[in-house]
Amino acid sequence: MTGRGFFWPRLATSTDRGSEEARERHDKAEAFRRTMMPHMDAAYNLARYLTRDPTAAEDIVQDAYLRAYRSFDTWRGEAAKPWLLTIVRNCFLNSVGGSAERLSGRPVHELVGELPDELIETSNPESLLADQTEAEMLRATIDQIPEPFRETLILRELEELSYKEIAAIANVPIGTIMSRLARARQMLADLLLPNAPRKARS
Amino acid sequence: MSLHPDTLPLLHGLVDGELDAANTIAIEAHLRSCPDCRAELEQIQAVRELIAAAPLREHAPDNLHKRIELMIDAEAGPAPRSHAASRPSPMPGRFAWAGGGAAAHVLSGRWLSGAATGMIAASLALAVVMPQMAHTDVEDQLVQSHVRSLLVGHLVDIPTSNRHVVKPWFNGKVDFAPSVPELADQGFPLVGGRLDYIDNHEVAAIVYRRHLHVINLFVRPAHTLSLPGEVTTHHDGYSIVRWTTGGLEYWAVSDVEMGDLKLFRQTYLARAQ
Repeated sequence: MTGRGFFWPRLATSTDRGSEEARERHDKAEAFRRTMMPHMDAAYNLARYLTRDPTAAEDIVQDAYLRAYRSFDTWRGEAAKPWLLTIVRNCFLNSVGGSAERLSGRPVHELVGELPDELIETSNPESLLADQTEAEMLRATIDQIPEPFRETLILRELEELSYKEIAAIANVPIGTIMSRLARARQMLADLLLPNAPRKARS
Repeated sequence: MSLHPDTLPLLHGLVDGELDAANTIAIEAHLRSCPDCRAELEQIQAVRELIAAAPLREHAPDNLHKRIELMIDAEAGPAPRSHAASRPSPMPGRFAWAGGGAAAHVLSGRWLSGAATGMIAASLALAVVMPQMAHTDVEDQLVQSHVRSLLVGHLVDIPTSNRHVVKPWFNGKVDFAPSVPELADQGFPLVGGRLDYIDNHEVAAIVYRRHLHVINLFVRPAHTLSLPGEVTTHHDGYSIVRWTTGGLEYWAVSDVEMGDLKLFRQTYLARAQ
């Protein structure tokens, strides 16, 4: 009697716990799929513009999804896209040497005046393939904008994140995001708009 | 730099909708009196329009999707025994449940007369079966064609937002004349047209945009057996709305929300001549 009393509850408990754990794992996987998989394009897009290399971008996104899955318990129901993109960005930083320096950039004033010449030279239409579409040329132009301006531009214009979300991802104040975005758009204007005043140089 | 460097971040904040009411009023008042800042604002908007008009956003490749799905499966471990062994595909699963529910509902309604029960059962059966009927090989092809069109350089054969160019372009390429209304003011700018193949027949693909998303509207002559009216389905994560009118069959395919795609159909029908 005592043997059975001792034995049965243990068996029942361990079985319940086993299937309960399996169900929890299953539920976690389902919740992860539901919340994070819809943002794979955004993750790939950011990785693509950070790396400027489609193959490297895929590896970074896969790495990011693995990390995201393993730290999914720390997700508190905030906006999923910025949460995921923060991880994508960190994976990129790890892949290029584990330092945030690469994306932190120099102060804006150091860049003013030094960029347009090299950029215009490399984006000269004659140096590009003749059959490139306008979109591909625009993409190539964006690829030439230096960090941290490029990522700010991508997160704002292509992913339509708010200043606050971008600031959280890049881990800098909102004011910094505003000046980076202003600078990024000015660079694009210099490169793309034929009649744009060359303010950086005057 | 600008004559008013302090206002520059505010100009960007204005176009991004990031300013509070007080700053918005202040910058708008400043713009009225400052031509330099007005020119700056126009330049910012011109750059934004250039970016918004181009398909710069890339889709994650299919094999990346597969790799990540496999990775999640591996991380999640074996499925719990009390659940179905594998995740059922969404459509059959959902409708199997709906069918079971409907049958139980009808069976429990014993007070209903036999005729009424039969009618309700028939209409429920129709409602349950219809979406599955629409889930065909054609849908597969439409979604594949939609996905293919999103690859770089494949979206349109005739890239123009001018409907007076797109519509004649189809002349001589297909033996029917689909309407190509301009819907930009309704939030669906025209991107262009493309010739595509569904069931080995040429179809017209008219491409519209909704925010960041592409809507492919496939048009072909309606089969005699085509069901009139609107049919909506989800297929591999894409929304599909199908309707027939004027002897033509329309399939709108996109990754926008179903509500947006239904709105697109209404807008298109209201404008199409």
